[in-house]
Amino acid sequence: MSETFDKQTRADLFDYLLRLGDDRLILGHRLSEWCGHGPMLEEDIALSNISLDCIGQAISLLKLAGEVEGEGRSEDDLAYFREAIDFRNLMLLEQPNGDFGYTIMRQFLFDVYSFYLYEALQESTFQPLAEIAVKSLKEVRYHLRHSSQWVLRLGDGTEESRQRIQQALDNQWRYVEEMFVLDDIEERLIVENIAADASALQEKWREMVEKIIHQATLQIPGDNIYKTQGSRQGKHSEHLGYLLSEMQILSRSYPDAQW
Amino acid sequence: MEDNAKMEQFQQRIDAGEKIEPKDSMPEKYRKQLIRMISQHAHSEIVGMLPEGNWITRAPSLQRKLSLIAKVQDEAGHGLYLYCAAETLGIDRDELVQQLLDGKAKYSSIFNYPTLTWADIGVIGWLVDGAAIVNQTMLAKASYGPYSRAMIRICKEENFHKRQGMEIVATMAAGVPAQKKMAQDAVNRWWWPSLMMFGPHDSDSPNSGVLLKWKVKTKTNDELRQRFVNLTVPQARAMGLSIPDPNLKYDPETKNWNFGEIDWDEFYQVIKGNGPCNEERIEARRKAHRDGAWVRDAAAAYAAKHADKSNVA
Amino acid sequence: MSEQKKSTAPDSGDGALWEIFVQEKQGAPHLHAGSLHAPDAEMALQNARDVYARRGRVLSIWVVPAVAITASSPEDDGPFFEPGNDKVYRHPQFYKVPRGVKVF
Repeated sequence: MSETFDKQTRADLFDYLLRLGDDRLILGHRLSEWCGHGPMLEEDIALSNISLDCIGQAISLLKLAGEVEGEGRSEDDLAYFREAIDFRNLMLLEQPNGDFGYTIMRQFLFDVYSFYLYEALQESTFQPLAEIAVKSLKEVRYHLRHSSQWVLRLGDGTEESRQRIQQALDNQWRYVEEMFVLDDIEERLIVENIAADASALQEKWREMVEKIIHQATLQIPGDNIYKTQGSRQGKHSEHLGYLLSEMQILSRSYPDAQW
Repeated sequence: MEDNAKMEQFQQRIDAGEKIEPKDSMPEKYRKQLIRMISQHAHSEIVGMLPEGNWITRAPSLQRKLSLIAKVQDEAGHGLYLYCAAETLGIDRDELVQQLLDGKAKYSSIFNYPTLTWADIGVIGWLVDGAAIVNQTMLAKASYGPYSRAMIRICKEENFHKRQGMEIVATMAAGVPAQKKMAQDAVNRWWWPSLMMFGPHDSDSPNSGVLLKWKVKTKTNDELRQRFVNLTVPQARAMGLSIPDPNLKYDPETKNWNFGEIDWDEFYQVIKGNGPCNEERIEARRKAHRDGAWVRDAAAAYAAKHADKSNVA
Repeated sequence: MSEQKKSTAPDSGDGALWEIFVQEKQGAPHLHAGSLHAPDAEMALQNARDVYARRGRVLSIWVVPAVAITASSPEDDGPFFEPGNDKVYRHPQFYKVPRGVKVF
């Protein structure tokens, strides 16, 4: 499959698949931290389900990345034996869970993005990626329903919940711009119709986010705040290092072991 | 209900193997025993999420991570089914949860032991879930309909837990020396607490008599324990692991594996709250409950505000 | 989250009890799967999907507030159910199958 790509495209595609896979791996990992600690039993089960979907998608995407790279790395090699600077996930997703409102808002902002991204990726000329997108879109549709319903309840719930969820949105607004910024890698892949043009999704993303946020009686933050950048190139916050050191401890301690 | 004729009628139904349903008349003591037993069982599932949940973020492969999340999620589901079964007896889940948080309710002592290495995740699946399955297979035949139905559903799901555990243990027992050491160490630490899961000897079990008479249980603690030992010892041998009991010996006549005496002092100390993790476990539950209060309030407030609209829709 | 207003009212709890019915095959009836707690119908539906439909295929889910269900009482046993047992013509075994006819 990847043999038909030239060297540049193969390297670009590998990086692009890491971006997609790492987003879901890191978010899935964060969500799994909730397991056993949710605000109600039913919600424990719901967050676990979303976590399972995210990690499942990450497995497919990282496996594909390893195949495209062609150096024999498995999805586990990529998850457990890379350093923070080699991770390509959005900075938003590595942020600690905070309270339930913070987790839900992060999920909501990402779900809307993920929804439109997968929708576009269904048309990718790279067939294995298009197939993952078709399957994942069904899952994300449900994630989005879950997170947006909670945004409504927390926004239009009590005074305390409104404050908390608004604070989460204000805090996270600086991370969202990164979803839509293109670099050379993505631009080259867009020309080949392999990657989705994320910059073209921003308007739709904003429309859906605004609709739910306003329905939840919340305010969209002003755009005159500093926006983070560079996590797609490996410039992360400090939180990622701690997350990885926990996640990778066993594999790294016994690199020759099977588990 | 309490008069003799009614009691006799009830006992006849039990003896005939009939299931008792929520609206049926039942002795007050039957109701109380069931609430106690089902809620303890539910609490055990919920507290049981914690020692294993610890290792989700450190699972050594992505597939293992998926399996462990799915397993801990199932335990939440099992707790949920069981709380619902208890609720059919006329008590609210909120009240039951409050009893747990106040330290008034018991749960299985096994979850007050710490998980120290990844091998513990395997051994919990194999031994602890294995012991639970032996117990639950019996409870699936319990005389109270909702409890029995919950147990049937739970037994179906638990099978994957045990297999997952055995696979982890077998892989480690056949692995590099450090893994073998972890696997054996985990068996050494979890073996005796697993035997304790079946409760005190029949002679010291205050509730056993009445539970057997009413067919909530159909086998005694000692019978179940023996069955578990007989099932497990050959599995341990097949995986090249030893059982930490010098008195373990096969009796060809009874076809039982005879085993040594349980340290009952430890058993009662852990029940009393002096186990290695009792405080952490309850505090983790309290924290989740406390931190979630504003979320539950918000959901209730939203539901109240939008109640009229949803009626129209 | 530093200085948040803390609620002083008693805990709202996990919401009302809902009974869940799931349909597993096209054309099959919705069967009772179990119960759960949820603050409202939409949440009950989502929770039902996670709790009772995460294994295997479920086509459709009904959620019903437990308080909306009226159940017959055990005391109704006689008058409610026994007459039906007398009506043998309601049961297929009542009818003789002609020799040589295969019943499907």
